[in-house]
Amino acid sequence: MFKKRFGLAALLLSAVLTGEAASGEGVVRIVDVVELSGGGATVGTNWRNGVELAAKEINAGGGILGRKIVLRHFDTQSNPGVSKAVLMKALDTDPYVVLGPIYSSSTKVNMIVTQRAKVPQIVGSEAAEITERGNPYIFRTSFGQASSMPKLANYLRDGIKAKSVALIWVNNAFGKGGHDAVVKELKLRGIRLAADISSEVQQVDFAADVIRIKNSGADALFAYLHEEESARLLVELRKQGYAKPVVGESTLLSAKVIKLAGKAANGATGHVGLSPDAPVPGIRRMAKAFEAAYGYATDHNGIKGYIAMYVVKAVTEKIGKFDRQAFAKTLRGLTITPETEPGVLLETTYDDKGNLDRDSFLVEIVDGKQKITRVLPKLGK
Amino acid sequence: MEQLAQLVISGLATGSIYALAAMGFTLLWQASGTINFAQGEFVMLPAFIILAGMEWFGLPLYASFLLALLISSLLLGLAFKRMLVDPMIRHGVLPLIIATIALGIFLSEGVKTFYSAEAQPFPDLLPEGLFRVGGVVVSYHDIGVMAVALVLIIALQLFLSRTMTGRAMQATAQNPETARVLGVNIERMILYTFVINAVLVTVAAILVTPVYLAKFDNGASLGLIAFIAAIVGGFNQMRGALLGGLLIGVINNLTVAYLSAAYRDAIPLILLIVVILFKPEGLLGRREERTV
Repeated sequence: MFKKRFGLAALLLSAVLTGEAASGEGVVRIVDVVELSGGGATVGTNWRNGVELAAKEINAGGGILGRKIVLRHFDTQSNPGVSKAVLMKALDTDPYVVLGPIYSSSTKVNMIVTQRAKVPQIVGSEAAEITERGNPYIFRTSFGQASSMPKLANYLRDGIKAKSVALIWVNNAFGKGGHDAVVKELKLRGIRLAADISSEVQQVDFAADVIRIKNSGADALFAYLHEEESARLLVELRKQGYAKPVVGESTLLSAKVIKLAGKAANGATGHVGLSPDAPVPGIRRMAKAFEAAYGYATDHNGIKGYIAMYVVKAVTEKIGKFDRQAFAKTLRGLTITPETEPGVLLETTYDDKGNLDRDSFLVEIVDGKQKITRVLPKLGK
Repeated sequence: MEQLAQLVISGLATGSIYALAAMGFTLLWQASGTINFAQGEFVMLPAFIILAGMEWFGLPLYASFLLALLISSLLLGLAFKRMLVDPMIRHGVLPLIIATIALGIFLSEGVKTFYSAEAQPFPDLLPEGLFRVGGVVVSYHDIGVMAVALVLIIALQLFLSRTMTGRAMQATAQNPETARVLGVNIERMILYTFVINAVLVTVAAILVTPVYLAKFDNGASLGLIAFIAAIVGGFNQMRGALLGGLLIGVINNLTVAYLSAAYRDAIPLILLIVVILFKPEGLLGRREERTV
């Protein structure tokens, strides 16, 4: 009798502590391992909110194959070591799929853990090498650098007409991957690298870097930093009166950077995989729902998180069961269209490595808003 | 050559902010033997008080800054002294240092919990624009930062050397027992020092945050740099802290430009080691002897 009561109390306590239903029946557990503090707090918070919004919508519509999503978030603190530790803790809850992280340096260390556990992992990371390691369980929700850098290099050559470029990048897995990819693409197009400046994660002072950029005499600056550092760089560039084109990827042109940098963000241009201002009805609807739910405008990371959850739904409904191995196998080479699953927002095709292909956008920041200047079709089209 | 001049000017601007925080270190040390390892967080917190004043109460920037000065004086001056320093200092410097480290963590985690873990934009008081001096481009912002810091430092020096209260504070710092015999209310003088430190960090906050952005963890690196600056310049001399701050600001810029951003934090530490080995009292510090 005592044992029974003790067991029941332990079960109830466990349910209270974890915030989950006690039974595995009727629910599907998904964990979100993402940057909720530290340098990546901005990107991680957006991602988490996007994931949450999608989960609420899916649950309101009856869940996945009739099961409600039980979602738990784990904070990597933007630290690869912590990321691995919290992922192992997250795997103890026996999740169906792992979402996140976004920082490539964290993904690199914890994707081995999900591979060993044979749990599919959908990440927001962009470093090229993530999908080059033959891990059958890893998938992206954003372009890898191998896909985005050729588009950017073309834009620098044809759109900006730059003969030389100053490059500033963040010295971690994300930045190094982007640096190597863009340097290769610039070289192929005959664009000279006038300055090659590495910066640190969470760097706050860019005064010296900007002086170097100005004195390099480059026709344009290509900035490949995280959001907060991008904003600080833009503020410093404006402070020092830098007048040449500032070009970047999604991290330079995100809503968060625009909010942080204010007027200093105006005039920045570049390529983004996803934008809340994209002329796509699904994205507009999602961005509106996000703002209504969280009181601020999403950036590309919020959209990435949202899509990640809907990819889980689309694939699971395609295979008709909750089977991790079948999930990973089915997603390779799969094309998901908004007609079959509106939550994926854009027609998306996965290759056999976990990279994705879809439409993307050239944008310019005008009066504190992203203005889409051109829609670039899928590479495969 | 032009690049070098620009790096030096920009470094002096950043260094003058470090100097404000470093001078707070030396003031507290001289007046009460307090080493405040929460000094970086003391710079971070007023920025969020200013933001809260603007966003929650709709105050304009100047009014919010004045509110931050008042709250900082009460919180980082009066309350810090009465609630943490006074009870802990009796147990020696080391327990107090540990207590201030704990306070720093408490402040940064508190801001993270009650405000946000994300960086926040921060308005700038200083004007935009550039001008040229002999081929060297200088921003009004950098000159503004240096001017504000300089005015504050001169005002502080004048206050300490030309007013009765200031002299009483100096007497308290140099020999509290004699000052007490001469009728100086040393408790009150020490309290004034804490309030002055609160004013210094609030001004540092409004100068540095528009460029660094407001974030809960900004204090850690700033506090460390200010501490190094104070030791390099001379922990028992305000002018030493000023020199240390300016020196580290310039060295940081030169390191990033000619070496790598990766060594930005390492070079000041190497400088610290060199100073401790060859001039332990600091570049402008006074040699002190103690009986053991």
